[in-house]
This record gives sequence, structure tokens and C-alpha cells, in this order.
Amino acid sequence: MSDLSSLTIATAAKGLEAGDFSAEELTQAHLVAMEQSRDLNAFITETPELALELARASDKRRAKGEVQGPLDGIPIAIKDLFCTKGVLTTAASHILDGFTPPYESTVTANLKTAGAVMMGKTNLDEFAMGSSNMSSYYGPVKNPWRGKDGKDLVPGGSSGGSAAAVAGRLCLGATGTDTGGSIRQPAAFSGLVGMKPTYGRCSRWGVVAFASSLDQPGPLTRSVEDAAILLGGMAGYDDKDSTSAQVETPDFTSALGDNIKGLKVGIPREYTMDGMAKEIQVLWDQGVQWLKDAGAECIEVSLPNTKHALPTYYIVAPAEASSNLARYDGVRYGLRVEGDTLDDMYEATRGEGFGDEVIRRVLIGTYVLSAGYYDAYYIKAQQVRTLIAEDFRKAFNEVDVLLTPTAPSAAFAIGEKMDDPVAMYLNDVFTVPASLAGLPAISVPAGLDGNGLPLGLHLIAKPFDEVTLFQAAHALEAAAGFEARPEDMA
Amino acid sequence: MSLDKDTVKKIAYLARIRLADDALDGLADELSNIIGWVERLAEVDTDGVAPMTSVADMSWPRRDDAITDGNKTEDVLLNAPDPETAPEDSSGGGFYTVPKVLE
Repeated sequence: MSDLSSLTIATAAKGLEAGDFSAEELTQAHLVAMEQSRDLNAFITETPELALELARASDKRRAKGEVQGPLDGIPIAIKDLFCTKGVLTTAASHILDGFTPPYESTVTANLKTAGAVMMGKTNLDEFAMGSSNMSSYYGPVKNPWRGKDGKDLVPGGSSGGSAAAVAGRLCLGATGTDTGGSIRQPAAFSGLVGMKPTYGRCSRWGVVAFASSLDQPGPLTRSVEDAAILLGGMAGYDDKDSTSAQVETPDFTSALGDNIKGLKVGIPREYTMDGMAKEIQVLWDQGVQWLKDAGAECIEVSLPNTKHALPTYYIVAPAEASSNLARYDGVRYGLRVEGDTLDDMYEATRGEGFGDEVIRRVLIGTYVLSAGYYDAYYIKAQQVRTLIAEDFRKAFNEVDVLLTPTAPSAAFAIGEKMDDPVAMYLNDVFTVPASLAGLPAISVPAGLDGNGLPLGLHLIAKPFDEVTLFQAAHALEAAAGFEARPEDMA
Repeated sequence: MSLDKDTVKKIAYLARIRLADDALDGLADELSNIIGWVERLAEVDTDGVAPMTSVADMSWPRRDDAITDGNKTEDVLLNAPDPETAPEDSSGGGFYTVPKVLE
């Protein structure tokens, strides 16, 4: 039997089909890895018994010839922002202490129907607010990758536990959620593929809300093909989410391996930032060359409002967060800190239940929505957001996809950047614009920095054109030939 | 614009978040920094630009105005922080409790 933890979703599905191993064996091998890697702190809740039960059920289906598709029997991890029936769901916040949903999010229900095996709930930044996984109430996550200096690094965030679990080979894929880069940046930091679909492609129902006009579930995997397969199991129209798109779910793998000859790739000039690390620029140039060599036509395009994207995001996202997080009041679920009056109870519960970064964002959101400031901040930001979306619309009249870096640096050390929120926010400078415009985007591991750490390249496509996005990403992946693994670094 | 301690106190009350007094100075600095940074948007010309209200071009789905869900008292109260409200407590279950609101 081959080393079961070195498989991809696609190769594991073939192995299951050929009878080389059972879903139970595959799951057991990953449960052992999960136990051995507890020091990563990738999981908030491990569900080994449930995993084995699901794996055995998958094996039974297979024996009866009732396989549900390529995800049947595949061990995956679920970001602890998805509500899972009967399984603790925390959003990595103290305020959700003990919360056990009596219902299942649509995305995880879809994955269950597809036969996927849930290994557990992964760690994240509290309420998905962060780029380092350091704001989790359950402690920081270690990146399986280490720098040459041996320091423990962040896996990125907010889907940091999912990234560490996939990069550390504790599962074959994981769900994440992306509001401003929370799937793509951790993917880049961990040498993985991370994909944010078009807004509306995956249902948000049962996903703990952060910023509802931006939040979107998506996959983290070790290959582009796996991302396409996993997204196929997550996506689909859902009448429980009023922003769910009533569109067909295509076969996202359908154009993988297709020639990209003649594909038009836009290189947005404004993504060249002042003070950008040289190795990021070098990698980006290399990416352009790779796509050219594969037959694509690379064209410089302009997205003039790019530099306004982050400030826009840091008005819109906290505003929506302050509204969404108003529900955590100690009355109906989670933490309650008693008080003499109702207001006392609210204030005590929220003061104790929320961590520093969540408090900062709720306060910023409350401020920009408050009387006298609403027009100057919130309406202004929504106007600029219209301009940013318009920039993309114009660019996509000329090109099929856009190529940019994913993040301005490789993974940084645990504890860094904590004293300067704005420095932390700059991590998302390349990922936020596509989020504001609701566009599908993907990060592909493309090289290593001088310290031996993974770097990603980022592709953005037109709304609902994930098939072309995966096609281009697959070509980029093939050209980059990224084979490095965290354990090679010792 | 910079936020002073009193403003932070006021918005913390609006957000119903209790802050320790010794946390106010630090927060006022941090929030002022963030607000100062997002204020760069003032330089963008947005005259006549419609604020984005929907990120996707989509028509909103409609459905019949019919009851499709409900009668889940047990599920709804399952996570109530006050165990006395548990539905199986026939003496007084079936609701959430809060501190007295009316005198």
C-alpha cells in the first residue's frame, strides 16, 4: 500500500475505486497523522469517531455500487465557522462557548451528501477576522513550514487551521471561508491551492457571518484539480441563502489540462506596489513568462482604484461585522456573563466574550455607521466599491483572467505584526479587490522565497467563470512544478 | 480624525461592549490610526457614483409567502445559557431568561 498521506483527492479517489485501500484505512491513516501533529493546533475539535463512522458508511456504499462521486470516502477538515449538527462550533471565539448547532450548514450538508469524511473542525482567527490565525481564542496555529532560522511561523488567516491541516497532511482537503483573502493568503503561506468562488456560488447558510456581502466559502487543497473537485461538492443554489446564485454548477474540472493558447491574461499595472519585496516581483514576472510560454497572451491592464480597495474594505467589512455580531448578546446561546440589568449583561458578555481584534472591528464598524458619520464613511466606501467593481468590468472586456501576486510576503513568525493592526491588514492588499467585486480567484503555489518558504500567484476571473479560472490555474501549476514539502526543510 | 477616550467610550456603549478604563487610551490610538488610514478615501471623486448595494448582478428570488419551517422549540432552546430554560424543564421551560427589564 502506498503512503496514504501523500495522496491527493484525485489519486485517493482512484485508489478507492481500484480497491487499493478502503475509506476506513484512508481515514485511519489521517487520524494517526492528526494525532501526531497536535502541536500544530490546527483543529479546535477533532471528530475521529464520526470520521470512522462516515468512512465505514462510504465503504458500504462502495460495496453496493452506490458511490456518490470523487469525494466519497475522502477525509477532509471543516473550518470551525461552518455550523455542524451536533458538533461544537466556535468561530474560535469565547463568546460561542459550548455552542452545538442543531442544524448543518448547506456547504457541509452538500459535502456529506457527496460522501466526504469530516475529520474535525479547524482553528481560525476569531470570527474569521485576521491574517495570521493569532486572534483565535483557542491559540495560534503553527505553519508546518518553518523558516531557515527555525522560528514557528503563522499559517496565515483566517483559514489558518484548514491550511495547516492540509499542508501538514492531516487531511486531503479542507473548507475555508474568504472575506478579504482568508482562503488565498493562508494557501500562499502554506504552499497550497486556495480558491474563493464567485460571490453566490456557495451558500452562506449556516456559516457564521462576518461580512455578509463579502463572505464566501471555498476549498483549500494540495492541487488545482483537487480544488475543482472539492468546490464541486460544496457549490450549488440554496433557497435558504437569498444571495445564493441561481446558476448551474458546472463540472469545474472540465477544462483542466486544456491548452491555454490564446487565453488573454491581464497584468494589472497598479498591483506593483511601492516597497514591494523584490522576490514577489520576480515571481510575478516569472508567472507572466510561464503563461506566455504556455501560449497565453499577456496584456497590461489598468485597475486605477486598486489602492483604494483596502481602506474601502476596512470600512465595509467592520460595518457589516458590527451588525452581524450584534446577535451575540448572552441571551440565547454561548457565553453569558451575568449583570444586574439587561444592558449590564450585554456589555459584560460582549466585553469578556470578544477578543481584541473583534472588539476593534466592531468598534470601527459601529463608529462608521453612527449618526453623522454614515455618509462620510460607509456610503463613501460603497461608492468607491462601485468604482473598483467597474475597473474589473472594464478590464474583463479585454482579458479572460488577471494574474497578480497573492500576498506581499511569505509567512511571518508567530507574534509578529501584532502591535500594528494596519500592518497586518496590508497582508490582504492583493486579495481584497476581487473580494469587493465578488469575483472568483485562486492562489497557486509558485515558488519559494530566499528563506525556503512558499509563495503564491493569484488569478482572478469573471463572475461565474470558475472553469476558465481553474484551467489557467492548472496551466500555472504545471509550469511552476511546485513540489516542495514542509518536511523537506529539516 | 482622531478618536478620543470619550468617543471610544461612547461607541463601546453603542456596541454594548464593556471596556476596562485602562484599555481606552490604547484603543483610542489604534482606532484613530485605522480611521486616519481609511480616511484616504476622501480624495476619491465619487460625485454621481451610486453606492454598491449588491455585489452580484442578480434578480432577487421570490417564493410563496408560506410557512416552511417552525415548531422547533427544543432546537431553538438547545443552547440557551440558562439551564432553567431547557424545554424538558416542564415547570418553567420553553423560554429564555434575562435580567428584569420592567420595574
